[in-house]
Amino acid sequence: MEAHIRVNNLNVNYTSEHQALKGINVTIPKHQITVIIGPSGCGKTTLLKSLDRLLDLTDGVSISGEVLLDGVNIYAPDIDVTAVRKKAGLLPQRPFPLPMSIYDNVAYGMRIHNMRKGKDLDRAVQHYLELAGLWDEVKDRLHGPAVRLSVGQQQRLCLARGLAVEPEIILGDEPTSALDPLSAQHIEKRLLELKQDYTVVLVTHILRQAKRLADYVIFMYLGEVVECGPAHEVFENPRQERTRAYLQGLF
Amino acid sequence: MKKRLNRQTLEEAIFKGLAGGAFLIMAAALFFILVTVLVKGLPALNWQMLTQVPTAGYYVGKEGGILNAILGSLYLAAGGTLLALLLSLPIALYLEVYARGTRWANMVRLSMDVLWGIPSIVYGAFGFTLMLALGMRASLLGGIITLALVELPIMTRAMDEVIRLIPFELKEVSYALGSTRLETAMKVVFRQMLPGIVTAMLLAFGRGIGDAASVLFTAGYTDRVPTSLLRPVASLPLAVFFQLGTPYPEVQQRAYAAALILTLIIMFVSLGSRWIAGRLSQNVIK
Amino acid sequence: MCSEVLAVAYSPFLSWAMLMKQKTTQKDVCYTMRCHKERWGGRLFFFATVMPVALVLIIFVALLLRTRPILEAKSISELLLGQVWLPFQGEFGFFPFIMGTLWVTAVALILAVPLCLLSAIYLSEYSRPSTVALMKPVLDLLAGIPSVVYGVWGMLAVVPAVQKFIAPLLGKWLGSISLFSSDNPTGFSILSGGIVLAVMVAPVIISVAYEVMRTVPFGMREASLAVGATQWQTIRYVVMPQAMPGIVAAVVLGLSRAMGETMAVLMVVGNVANKLPRSIFDPAYPLPALIANNYGEMMSIPLYDAALMGAALVLMLVVVIFNVISALILRQILRRSGQ
Ligand SMILES: Nc1ncnc2c1ncn2[C@@H]1O[C@H](COP(=O)(O)OP(=O)(O)OP(=O)(O)O)[C@@H](O)[C@H]1O
Ligand SMILES: [Mg+2]
Repeated sequence: MEAHIRVNNLNVNYTSEHQALKGINVTIPKHQITVIIGPSGCGKTTLLKSLDRLLDLTDGVSISGEVLLDGVNIYAPDIDVTAVRKKAGLLPQRPFPLPMSIYDNVAYGMRIHNMRKGKDLDRAVQHYLELAGLWDEVKDRLHGPAVRLSVGQQQRLCLARGLAVEPEIILGDEPTSALDPLSAQHIEKRLLELKQDYTVVLVTHILRQAKRLADYVIFMYLGEVVECGPAHEVFENPRQERTRAYLQGLF
Repeated sequence: MKKRLNRQTLEEAIFKGLAGGAFLIMAAALFFILVTVLVKGLPALNWQMLTQVPTAGYYVGKEGGILNAILGSLYLAAGGTLLALLLSLPIALYLEVYARGTRWANMVRLSMDVLWGIPSIVYGAFGFTLMLALGMRASLLGGIITLALVELPIMTRAMDEVIRLIPFELKEVSYALGSTRLETAMKVVFRQMLPGIVTAMLLAFGRGIGDAASVLFTAGYTDRVPTSLLRPVASLPLAVFFQLGTPYPEVQQRAYAAALILTLIIMFVSLGSRWIAGRLSQNVIK
Repeated sequence: MCSEVLAVAYSPFLSWAMLMKQKTTQKDVCYTMRCHKERWGGRLFFFATVMPVALVLIIFVALLLRTRPILEAKSISELLLGQVWLPFQGEFGFFPFIMGTLWVTAVALILAVPLCLLSAIYLSEYSRPSTVALMKPVLDLLAGIPSVVYGVWGMLAVVPAVQKFIAPLLGKWLGSISLFSSDNPTGFSILSGGIVLAVMVAPVIISVAYEVMRTVPFGMREASLAVGATQWQTIRYVVMPQAMPGIVAAVVLGLSRAMGETMAVLMVVGNVANKLPRSIFDPAYPLPALIANNYGEMMSIPLYDAALMGAALVLMLVVVIFNVISALILRQILRRSGQ
């Protein structure tokens, strides 16, 4: 197993009293789906956002420790935050299309980073919409506003938008929780295809979804990592009592 | 992933700097005003200033204080606020309890917007016209009525904003108990919006006490403390305006003192409404 | 919009019709005291709501009636475009006053809009929460401070600054451009009025623009930042387009306040009649100042009162139109985001 992200002794405080993450140490393998599970409020979202430096946006947050991306600490002082964020695409709990057309949503990141122009850009937009499984549904209304899409379509649009900046990692924070079963299935299928080329980190509350998708599992409880390891080991032979209780639905 | 100097980072730095700079300029200008009023007003403020009326005419008399204007302004603004309350409370209640979502409600709101936008000098001109028609002279009563007109839209809008936040379920519960609409309005909605009413009153009071253009025509100005509704009355904003325009430094002192007192009153009103809103909202169901 | 304006014009009829309808639909008879109370309470409340609707109309009609004598004596174009103001000789040209109002308002907006928007951006996107917590009450306070106080500040600080520094310096560098040439030695000028007004409307524009920007969902910013956009790019391409209608409304709100403002401007703008302003250092005589300065003698000269009431009418119409537009936009935005 090749490590892609390594988290070393990561601590996160939102307020001075409350520590959301306590000394996290995990390794996230390359080109696999890593699923983070745990009861509500245990710090899953916090951990996920720390991998993309999106935590910096929260006022008053303090972060210590290291997150090594291909061996480079993204919290080092001389790091360009936008470059870090470009390396990871985010799928939030609820999709947020930007206030512009479908086309512009996908093109947004590529334009920001001056990656493509003209015909090349058109082709790229089509490519990423296809990759996200949305092309056929929107090809006739590319220049219509993105907010008119259904929520399920919006989430796939967010996926396309994230993929368009050529990231290496996809971060999903319960990306299917606002979707209907069919749209959710759509997204799951995409993620399984995408893991050939991307490292996927996924937060989910749905144990069955975790079992369907996970190659690697991180179980968190009250801001700590209780157990992590390959999916079949954690699901079939959990080493920790708390993991077993959670998997049996005792929380 | 190392930081580099490129167009993006440069652009970010420039605009962040511009935004911060603009904010500093605005903040400095705004604090500068408070400082100017304090520096000019504090030395002018003394016991005599607060407790005496000007002797030998407010425009030339070098002795005396601004008691006439302080009392006059308090009477004017308090009267205007009460009168406006009398009208705006039933309007706000009617809009929410009786006419929720109707076209009539929309029209009343629209005309409130229109009234809200009318400059106070126009209210002054209108009040003056009204008083001419009624054969009245510039007086405390005329000032109170005009100020009530100025304050009415401010107060109603503020109440309307609070009243809309009341959950519909709350009224539903009241109706479910068999209450009539009037009982729901007076017992449930009214209690819920009490903090809103108080802050709306304070807001309108603050606006009223500082408004010069409307009382200029309708309340007049005088050296005496107000004794009758039908006599002219002095006010703080006009005390500033008239007495600042004189060539005598002693008289100008009264203008500075009046400006400071006006600012202090607004400060109390502003802080008071925050405090009261915090206190009273404890009983309010969110 | 148009139908609603019409509705206001016909409001007394409508309200009467509504009353009739109320009477006829509530057919069931009242036996209890509670029922009577309910019915009369409702009617009383309803009458209160007739008041604002009627008031709009009454103010308009009253001012129009008072203006009528001069409308009968002169044509509208003669009044609005006339350049001479000599009440004793029966000359009532409003043009210089209207231009005065426009000049002062324009200068105020040119100064205020960029500074206020950048300040709002700073508060909403860049500053620490403690800065916002400090500035919010200060902005609230300053929005409530009476205009005479701003006028005092203008007379003590702005007028001397314009007289001693800004006018000579700008005159030296840019004096060849007539907009900046200065032959007014006093400092009481359009620029002084504009600066005072700009600072006066700033708290309103900043806080409204700030509120509007805060209504843009955090997730939307996050989505933009997550693809590696810088903060400024996020503001430029995501926050601003989304907030734009509200920002426009905030500016229009500031504009209408600036136009109708009397005291603060009156104290610093010079008030010289019969002179069309050419430079920002010229004095001007805006409409509100005209009304406020001359109400004392208006009854003693024929048609003078009609002319001043006409000025009030013009002012009211212009300001109300701007204001209603901005109020409608703002209400819609804040409501939409609240749900
Ligand atoms: N912005 C914030 N300010 C203060 N505390 C926060 C903030 N965001 C999260 N927290 C706290 O940090 C802890 C971890 O939150 P986090 O959102 O990571 O949980 P989670 O595991 O994602 O929960 P869920 O499954 O409900 O989404 C919680 O106790 C939460 O209350
Ligand atoms: Mg979460």
